[in-house]
Amino acid sequence: MALMVVKFDLKKRVKLAQTVWFMYWFAVMAGVLVFSMGLFFKIELRKRSELMDNNESHFLPNLLIFMGLITCGINAFGGKICYDSLDPTKFVKWKPMLKTFLVFCMVFNALLLLTALVCFLMRIPLQFTLAEGLRNGMRYYKDTDTPGRCYMKRTLDLMQMEFRCCGNEHYRDWFEVQWVSNRYLDFSAKEVKDRIGSNVDGQYLMDGVPFSCCNPSSPRPCIQYQMTNNTAHYSYDHYTEELNVWKRGCSDALLSYYGGMMNTIGALVVLVTMLEVAVTVGLQYVDSSLSTLANPEDPESESEGWILEKTVKETFTDIIAKMKAMGKGSKVEEGGEAAAAPSS
Amino acid sequence: MASVMVGRLTFTKAEREKLAEVLWLLNWISVVSGLVLVVLGLFLRVEVQRWVELMEEQAILYVPPMLISTGLAACVINFLGVRLSLDCTDLNRFLRWKLLLLPYVCSTFCFTSCILVGALTCFSIHSTLEDSLFVGLRDAMRSYKDTDTPGRCLMKKNLDLLQLHMHCCGNTDHRDWTRIQWVSTRYLDLSSRAVRERLRSNVAGQYLMDGAPFSCCSPLSPWPCIQNQLTNRLVHLGFDRVGQQQNLWSRGCRLALMEHYTGLLRSTGLTVLLVWVFELLVLTGVRYLQTAMENLLLLGDPESESDGWILENSLAQTARSNLGIIKNLGKCYQVEVDPNINTISKKNNLPIDR
Repeated sequence: MALMVVKFDLKKRVKLAQTVWFMYWFAVMAGVLVFSMGLFFKIELRKRSELMDNNESHFLPNLLIFMGLITCGINAFGGKICYDSLDPTKFVKWKPMLKTFLVFCMVFNALLLLTALVCFLMRIPLQFTLAEGLRNGMRYYKDTDTPGRCYMKRTLDLMQMEFRCCGNEHYRDWFEVQWVSNRYLDFSAKEVKDRIGSNVDGQYLMDGVPFSCCNPSSPRPCIQYQMTNNTAHYSYDHYTEELNVWKRGCSDALLSYYGGMMNTIGALVVLVTMLEVAVTVGLQYVDSSLSTLANPEDPESESEGWILEKTVKETFTDIIAKMKAMGKGSKVEEGGEAAAAPSS
Repeated sequence: MASVMVGRLTFTKAEREKLAEVLWLLNWISVVSGLVLVVLGLFLRVEVQRWVELMEEQAILYVPPMLISTGLAACVINFLGVRLSLDCTDLNRFLRWKLLLLPYVCSTFCFTSCILVGALTCFSIHSTLEDSLFVGLRDAMRSYKDTDTPGRCLMKKNLDLLQLHMHCCGNTDHRDWTRIQWVSTRYLDLSSRAVRERLRSNVAGQYLMDGAPFSCCSPLSPWPCIQNQLTNRLVHLGFDRVGQQQNLWSRGCRLALMEHYTGLLRSTGLTVLLVWVFELLVLTGVRYLQTAMENLLLLGDPESESDGWILENSLAQTARSNLGIIKNLGKCYQVEVDPNINTISKKNNLPIDR
């Protein structure tokens, strides 16, 4: 008993072929969409690769680009088959490879679903890459004269202004690194010598943050230096001051930015997978309806279409039996050769 | 008296059909350009709204609605033109449109002149912009510290965002900040001697500082930003002339905004001029088609040649006759002598046109 049988006459077959052809064109555009999303994601990662220590994994965008190209190819091919199915003479040349093509489509749809899953899961390695990269970035903030790192200050400042964040997890991260270059420190001043002597690494640490952490919404001019000293500024309490600098950490801000992008891309890939499944089912109906013509000579005769020729259970046992037979067949051949060898 | 026609051309049947095809295409292009104008108007509206509080006279606010309405009118008129040009090659279908055609040509002419006026406005408006920006920015900088005054509490945020986005500082340059008090008195310790001395040091009793807000800082500078005691060389080590140039943004915000809006208005003006050229071509084409088809109607034979023109008489005569019609419209006559009413002559049943 076949699965989901539908009866077709000529008119219905033509309508089915036209609908599936139309859907294949949509699917080609969906493939272009997946490709362009992969490209966009790759460009976004490259733009901020400095902040991730050039360590970011380009696996996901490359996978999306590859899957997008294959989707376009498969769907263009499927559309051609559908177009030719309306003409019996043209369809004859496609008939032998149709079964293999359909199996390939099913495998590809499973891979697409896996890609969508990867999109949702890639957030986790990205989190670690970002935290590590930002920590290093903050350490190199002052090295504006070291070749290879001279733009780190500009990149970090622009990022903090754009994403409205400060530091790695919190603005206090800036208190733990020396972000003022030694070039601008007067080593003869007592204050400077005291500060450098106050910690093991000999770093000039201050309880201040760069200007890019400042929040324009604050009612008072930005307090970036001596932030924890309430007496240094009139009417200032650093425990209750909310609007002075950005409260959010940059690793959190960047993660939510990229995470949102990946979630959207993952959702779109799931939708594209559903479209692909629909066109595969449509092509299966086209194939089965054209192979069961009541009178093969008469194109106007009635036919039946189905998704599976037997029930799901029977198809499954058939596939297992075929695989076993293939396995046994190779064993018999080996046994035959082994028997033949000594006898010769 | 032989009438001097303006732009007279003879059309064969094939030429009339070709004219209608070309007109159809031009009308579709104009519909698309009308849509482009609408989009441009919306974009310009968003851009103007962003910094509109910093301008004193807001004349530039009129440009986006003008663009949007022009774009919509262009879409409607040219969509009608598409239908017209499809129908006008066939005499029977032309009869349906005959009465509508002359008003359509007149309204397209008015609309085309409006577009030209609009384009010229775009180019000329930037002269008033500079003055209004100067006054607007000066007042905004004065209100920078008034974050507790209702109506002006967001001025600080706006100015900071302006300086951060447009990469500028102050009105003309960063020294404008040294001439006004931009720190609110709420955050000044008035019991401190240093603060009181500073307040006494100038006539207006303002707390002036040798510095600028953080939003003037340039991220491109290799130094951590130096906002305070800018002119005191002793305080900052190694802060030489080159460093000073890179530290704060050197461009004034007035100049930055002028460049920004002038660029936008220039490209908008050019687009409107392009639309005007298309509309002019459409107008010419429709006028020729209208006159050619009307003459064909008089001749009676659909296959024959007909003349088309832009104006039946010379420009001066057309202007005089139109002025005459307008004058007569306003006058009141008795029924028998009213020149506006066509009366049937008793002799040969023909209408008398006075």
